[in-house]
Amino acid sequence: MPIKKKTWFSKTLIYIVLIVGAFVALFPFIWMILTSIKSTSEAMIIPPTIFPKQIRIDNYTLITTKLPFFKIYLNTIVSAVVTVAAQLVFCSMAAYAFARIQFPGRNIIFITILAVLMVPGTFFILPQYRMMYSMGLLNTIPALFLPNLFSAMGKFLLIQFFLSLPQELEDAAYIDGCNRGRVFISIMLPLIKPGLVSLGILTFKFAWNDLMWPLIVNTSTDKMTLSAALSYLQGQYVTDYPGVMAGAIMSVVPIIVIFAIFQKQFIEGVAHTGIKG
Amino acid sequence: MRINRKKRNEYLWGYAMIAPVTLGLIAFYFYPFFQVIFDSFYKIGSFDRRLGFVGIDNYTKMLADKEMWQTLMNTFQYVIIIVPLTVVFSMLIAVLLNKKVKGLSIFRVIYFLPAITMAAAISMVWRWIFNGDYGILNGLIGTFGLDPVQWLNSKQTALFCICCVAIWSNTGYYMIILLAGIQGISRGYYEAAEIDGATGFQKFKKITLPLLSPTLFYVVIMIIISTFQTFDGIYLMISTKSNAIKHTQSVVMYFYRTAFEHSNKGYASAIAVMLFLIIMGITIFQMKMQKKWVNYE
Repeated sequence: MPIKKKTWFSKTLIYIVLIVGAFVALFPFIWMILTSIKSTSEAMIIPPTIFPKQIRIDNYTLITTKLPFFKIYLNTIVSAVVTVAAQLVFCSMAAYAFARIQFPGRNIIFITILAVLMVPGTFFILPQYRMMYSMGLLNTIPALFLPNLFSAMGKFLLIQFFLSLPQELEDAAYIDGCNRGRVFISIMLPLIKPGLVSLGILTFKFAWNDLMWPLIVNTSTDKMTLSAALSYLQGQYVTDYPGVMAGAIMSVVPIIVIFAIFQKQFIEGVAHTGIKG
Repeated sequence: MRINRKKRNEYLWGYAMIAPVTLGLIAFYFYPFFQVIFDSFYKIGSFDRRLGFVGIDNYTKMLADKEMWQTLMNTFQYVIIIVPLTVVFSMLIAVLLNKKVKGLSIFRVIYFLPAITMAAAISMVWRWIFNGDYGILNGLIGTFGLDPVQWLNSKQTALFCICCVAIWSNTGYYMIILLAGIQGISRGYYEAAEIDGATGFQKFKKITLPLLSPTLFYVVIMIIISTFQTFDGIYLMISTKSNAIKHTQSVVMYFYRTAFEHSNKGYASAIAVMLFLIIMGITIFQMKMQKKWVNYE
């Protein structure tokens, strides 16, 4: 039947386009891995070899001699985890209060905070840097995360979730004699878990990958994050691409693992921002 | 007026719960906001000391600054190249993924992967691919007998490279947003069109595109805003010593270089204010349009 033939043809075409696209999306990752197991001299052969003639894994250990890599790893983890934890706690509290509690000045405070979202993040960087400097916090771990603990964005994300919960749920608890804090922690928070997960992973991704802020506040290598360290490595060891690639791979593995675990929430979180927008 | 105890208690809970975020935002965002505006009227020396009030000098300097104009020109070029290509690619993939393909979740993950990966790591590998001496791109064009190109060092090609990486990084992200938008369109429209004998392309043009237009508009605005703020890719791939930097830098990159390489934080603050005004303008435009742009559904 001609119709069937036509759908078979278009199906194949769809898969070809999708697979070519997927290859383009993956190629830099593949190339990163292949380069990281080449020797420096093999990486500089013209024309380049695709697969390494000899597999070298010592690029991965060598990088720890060029940089305090474990320390840097730890800094990045600490900074990301503290940022995520603080945002989850602070944002969920504030979001609940704005969504559910009536208090004088609520709307004006809400709108003022909304205004922060209109300002690009880099706008605040110079005074924030000066604050770190005057507090004597440059080249310390807290400098990495301090301004990021508070987020207007996270609060708005969570408000949507609180607003979608029925009021009756809370009312029943008040009749039973619970107070606001109790209701918030044991009834409301468990119900907005999807929202907390979304905010958590988006914040983690931001904190893990951010470049400009860690770059300017911490310049000594043992206080850097992975992003800043990679750019430093690149500047210092211009020719050692296999080493840089090994560092790059080790830097992206945690975020890819987290993505693999939470991919559904990741994608839903992003899709959500778009539909709302 | 007497406020009863229950109500006062309620207020206290409200204030206590918003206190951490609100105080944090005041300290790290509101206060800095006014600082930047204030600083933009000053000359600022080393250790961030204000050296003197200079009025609107920083702003008049900006009007005469050729590098600033070039930077805006670059941003304009980025928008012209990146916006249509990202939209076309992400739309294409979203439409294809919506066709009940096998392995949908695997494709979705693969396409989304570039969007979550650290720019610093990814820029390293792109820098290596584009490397003028040993890069695989030159190896590839070499097999066709073409001469090697200094992709990231020449001002003719560097901007194009930055665009490629930006499109590669963001297509998956916007694809997810568009896919969610497409999936939100009611099946009924398509079924009705099928009864009338509409072809696949007609359905796309007459149903998908118009119903998706609010989402598309949002995506376009997001890409434009993020283009003004591109930093990571340019900082990591283009050497500031190279001639190409002037022809590739975005507004945020120029801001960074002014503040931290040329240590001219007064002028950098003025650049930040200008960036803020541009972004605010775009955002207000977006809000106005979005109100008009009623979804037909």
